[in-house]
Amino acid sequence: MESTIFILLLPFLSFLLLGVFGKWFSHKAAGLIGTASLLAVAVLSYMTAYDYFFCTARTAEGVLPTLMPYNVHWLPFFAEGLSFDMGIMLDPISVMMLIVISTVSLMVHIYSFGYMHGERGFQRYYAFLSLFTMSMLGLVVATNIFQMYMFWELVGVSSYLLIGFYYTSPAAIAASKKAFIVTRFADLFFLIGILIYGYYCRSFGFEFDQAGFAQGAAMLPLALFLMFIGGAGKSAMFPLHIWLPDAMEGPTPVSALIHAATMVVAGVFQIARLFPLWIEYAPGTLHIVAWVGAFTAFYAAAVACCQSDIKRVLAFSTISQIAFMMVALGVCTEYTTGHHHVGSLGYMASMFHLFTHAMFKALLFLGAGCIIHAVHSNEMSAMGGLRKYMPITHITFLIACLAISGIPPFSGFFSKDEILTAAFAYMPAMGWIMTAIAAMTAFYMFRLYYGIFWGTENKELHAHHTPHEAPLTMTLPLVFLALVTCGAGFLPFGHFVSADGQLYDIHLDWDIAGTSIVIAVASIFLATYIYMGERQPKADALAEKFKGLHQWAYKRFYLDEVYQYITHRIIFAHISKPIAWFDRHIIDGFFDFLANGTHALSFRIRGFQSGSVQKYAFVFLLGTLALLTIMVLA
Amino acid sequence: MIQIEYLLVVSAVMMFAGVFGFLTRRSTLAILLSVELMLNATDLNFAVFNRMLYPEGYEGYFFALFSIAISAAESAIAIAIMINIYRMVKNIQAGELEQMKW
Repeated sequence: MESTIFILLLPFLSFLLLGVFGKWFSHKAAGLIGTASLLAVAVLSYMTAYDYFFCTARTAEGVLPTLMPYNVHWLPFFAEGLSFDMGIMLDPISVMMLIVISTVSLMVHIYSFGYMHGERGFQRYYAFLSLFTMSMLGLVVATNIFQMYMFWELVGVSSYLLIGFYYTSPAAIAASKKAFIVTRFADLFFLIGILIYGYYCRSFGFEFDQAGFAQGAAMLPLALFLMFIGGAGKSAMFPLHIWLPDAMEGPTPVSALIHAATMVVAGVFQIARLFPLWIEYAPGTLHIVAWVGAFTAFYAAAVACCQSDIKRVLAFSTISQIAFMMVALGVCTEYTTGHHHVGSLGYMASMFHLFTHAMFKALLFLGAGCIIHAVHSNEMSAMGGLRKYMPITHITFLIACLAISGIPPFSGFFSKDEILTAAFAYMPAMGWIMTAIAAMTAFYMFRLYYGIFWGTENKELHAHHTPHEAPLTMTLPLVFLALVTCGAGFLPFGHFVSADGQLYDIHLDWDIAGTSIVIAVASIFLATYIYMGERQPKADALAEKFKGLHQWAYKRFYLDEVYQYITHRIIFAHISKPIAWFDRHIIDGFFDFLANGTHALSFRIRGFQSGSVQKYAFVFLLGTLALLTIMVLA
Repeated sequence: MIQIEYLLVVSAVMMFAGVFGFLTRRSTLAILLSVELMLNATDLNFAVFNRMLYPEGYEGYFFALFSIAISAAESAIAIAIMINIYRMVKNIQAGELEQMKW
């Protein structure tokens, strides 16, 4: 377990090496260094996971222990023993996240060889990828909320750098700024939450069995909710989701790694990390999280049905799926598991869905990258009929679509079914809502699938430039992730991760699973009926009939415009402008006055320094006489 | 016996003649002469006070001699400066020296 420190150090060193000396490396060398360090990290992570899950003795209650190979008192400057620590903590969810991050990151590193081939700034790209991987790994192994916050900001920065990777494109710059500002704004609340938590509970740590929590119990719901706002910013929950669709301006492998699989689930991970506190002290607030998640899931699914940019569809689908995880956490009502308790099933379901979603969503994004690579466009109008040209991408993409739609035996079915079970156990209404959203998911994913691989082919464009299958470096990660997607559902996930750490056997509730399969299959048939054909009269007719609604959804319900209005017309015009005026005219004015006044005064009196010896002597004489007079009179 | 006041009046007249000359003359040479006049007034004061008030001591005389030596050296330096100025500006009027402040 001592080797875990290298999981953080290796990507950091590769970041320094490529970041500082990058321009002296060839593209190939830079890519190899980044990939090799990631390969080592992946191997170490798998070893750690094997060690942790299979070779570590469970405690007397049958719970996997929480290990801390490292924990340094980093800034011990608080009274009463409160300090900022840095270290590595291994528990089921952090080890699970190590696997997810290192796997997806390794795949993205390999894939980027092909996708970014010959791109300017190749070395910089790999340096940023290493930085991101290091920060994300640091976030999940944090031993306390403060360390988590530090790495939280670091992932935000690396996401900003990677979204703005094509820094000559104004859209990419605007998107990177938007992502950074929105998440930073949310992180402000996270920080306030941490400070309230630290102040009232006298702890930043994740050991929740201290007496301090009872005394801080009154403030904990507030602190946790503020932290959730930070998590909602990172995980793109409504209404802080607006940055994620724009973040698609970054390179596609980056979208796969950061904006689909790892960073955006940080908010879910944060709630899971503090889960004992939520369930013990703030169950009411936890259910608010569930409803926020349910609304976000619905909203994002509705928007995803109408987008024409394939990466935007995937972005909204990501928002929707992360919201599923939030719902799963939010519907938990108790801490224990066991076969008959379903009150904490959501925790396991959420983590399971996080795991499977990371794999198949990364697969979808990487597949989308291959497609964009082939047709040089993000728009569905440039695609259609691609199945003939790109067989591997087609099959792997189909597998991922089936997985996200919840069709057995693909992994998404198992995790989504657990979420639906948890939702039904909380409240039947919530269960039906989530089932309906799952149906929408199947519909828009297959709309996307048919739009890309079947449907109307853009023959003119394809004759001009025939699409071709991606190189091996790009298809290999697709195949690997597709295999994981096929097999991951059969993992006994409950044996590794559950709310209280006890062994939990996943068992399918066939009432719910059957319903969701039927609904998903029905949605897929509907999508097939509407979108598979060469021409799509039904879709066009529907769009024509519900023109207002379609336009509304296509424009993402005008939320960006609302934000634009609020920020520019209200905040900028009525708050920022007066403050800026005050700053320009009152604050700056005062200091300008000091400078200008001194200048003017010295300009006036500079005549005294005439350089004429006799005038000096005269003044000297007058001074002497004045002093003499004073002394005589005194 | 001459009264001390008469002697001091002479030295005061010399002193203020020097001050007046220093402030009003245009030529640097004349200003230097005025400085010498002021110095001589003080030398005279040294001698007068020693002779009239403390006839048993010699410090005043010695200090007068000392002061004369210093003023001689100072005049030598001043004249050397003036020669240099003359070489630069072909003139030794005090008004011309204002540019030395730069």
